[in-house]
Amino acid sequence: MRKMGFALSLFREYLANYIKTKLTYRADFWVEVFSDLMFSAMNLIFIFVVFTHTPALGDWTEAEVVFVYGYFMIPYGIFSTFMNLWNFSDRYITKGEMDRILTRPAGSLTQVMLENVDPPSLLGSLVGLGIMAAAWAKLGLPLHWYDPLVLIVMVLGSVLIYMGLYTALAAISFYSDAPTGIAPLMYNIQNYGRYPIQIYNKGIRFLLTWLLPFAFVGVYPASFFLDRHHDRVMAWLTPVMGVIFFALGLYVWNRGVKRYRGAGS
Amino acid sequence: MASAYLDFIRIRFLMMLAYRVNYYSGIVIYAINIGAYYFMWKAIYGSAETLGGFTVAQMTTYIAVSWMARAFYFNNLDREISNEIRDGSVAVQMTRPISYLMVKMMQGFGEGLFRLLLFMAPGMIVAILIFPVSLPTDPLRWAMFFVMIWFSFLINSQLNILTGLFAFFVENNEGLMRLKRVLIDLLSGVILPMTFFPGWARAILDWLPFQAITYLPGSVFTGRLSGGDAWNALLVQFVWFAALIVPIWLMWRAARKRLFVQGG
Repeated sequence: MRKMGFALSLFREYLANYIKTKLTYRADFWVEVFSDLMFSAMNLIFIFVVFTHTPALGDWTEAEVVFVYGYFMIPYGIFSTFMNLWNFSDRYITKGEMDRILTRPAGSLTQVMLENVDPPSLLGSLVGLGIMAAAWAKLGLPLHWYDPLVLIVMVLGSVLIYMGLYTALAAISFYSDAPTGIAPLMYNIQNYGRYPIQIYNKGIRFLLTWLLPFAFVGVYPASFFLDRHHDRVMAWLTPVMGVIFFALGLYVWNRGVKRYRGAGS
Repeated sequence: MASAYLDFIRIRFLMMLAYRVNYYSGIVIYAINIGAYYFMWKAIYGSAETLGGFTVAQMTTYIAVSWMARAFYFNNLDREISNEIRDGSVAVQMTRPISYLMVKMMQGFGEGLFRLLLFMAPGMIVAILIFPVSLPTDPLRWAMFFVMIWFSFLINSQLNILTGLFAFFVENNEGLMRLKRVLIDLLSGVILPMTFFPGWARAILDWLPFQAITYLPGSVFTGRLSGGDAWNALLVQFVWFAALIVPIWLMWRAARKRLFVQGG
């Protein structure tokens, strides 16, 4: 608990630092926010354009697919705020900055996360919430008293899955010295969990459910709220999978850190 | 002089070869990408015969070939250039008696060549085995396709260089690089062929360089464009390649006068 408090106080400091840097490069800050939103817009455009040619995807309507997308944006925004590890292997392994991290009092993963904190990504979560609400209204779904609570649990589960997977992915750079990493390609796979899982064949469904469980950051938890696709079992597996994958990610990371030998030069 | 540039291709090629994990995982991940889009498009088609002027068979081939073409033309030159500008090592590179931008281009080509031979070829074979991809039989079409993805590479790299060079002027161009990546994926035709866009959007997209990167070569390969249209597509690519040289040249000239190394 005291460790947690320490991490939180560090978080505040880094946040203050972040704001100071961003105030220096104001124009870039807005370009960054804008491009993040464009990224989501791109996926929405894809959905809208596709639905001008077809009435349904599998047996999912446009509003339902948009609903799932809105849900996805919430955990994704939170994840991107705290885990901006895209250049981890280049910055920390190849350039040897990990040496410095290991001398810090905070845990190595906490320290790396804090140094790369990216609050504007939270804006994406808000936009996602808005999209979800709009789709909710359009679908005429009932709003139960427990829905907001369930949403929080689901989002937490999804965030943990993302964090676990990307921690493990970043930790791979401790084992293999691949400079570009698998990240950019993984980046594409994460998209597929946002579409109705039923349209894929068994192999891809298995992959998205159990191996790289991106379906738990989209279609499964969102289906809890959709009457027509209500799937209680898979939806409630979200927090369970979250805990499992986060634990796995931490395990890979901790073992990886032990293998770290510093950069050659 | 030319041999120095060739060496840059060779070195990058060998460098890519050194990182095997990337290679194996890359093939698997590209296969999954093609697979996921294949099933998604199958669901989109449902019982429809043609959508946006594509038959299901043409669409399958289009998806496979455009992902494979992406393997060839994709590179991170924007990131490399902006990193070198930001950490100041560009200054050292500029003192060398070779053109910095040409070196970058060659490095990108080495990377693309690596993926073409060791990625695209096996990936295509896997895709043909799993999905109903139909390859063109006309050798001329094949030849044309390869010329066209060469131009895809050039145009994509030019856009990357332009984005990277922005680091000279804005100090932090992270957002811009992300934006460029999104735009290329959305507007070049990898995830959505141009014919699917509504009319007004197409009218705009026809005047942007993005479609020359994926949509045009993909259309020639699948046989949607042939004869005069195919030559026209090639001409469009060439014009974009030539046109993009101008802003790069202007920016590079302005950048050299402006260069100050941060924290140096």
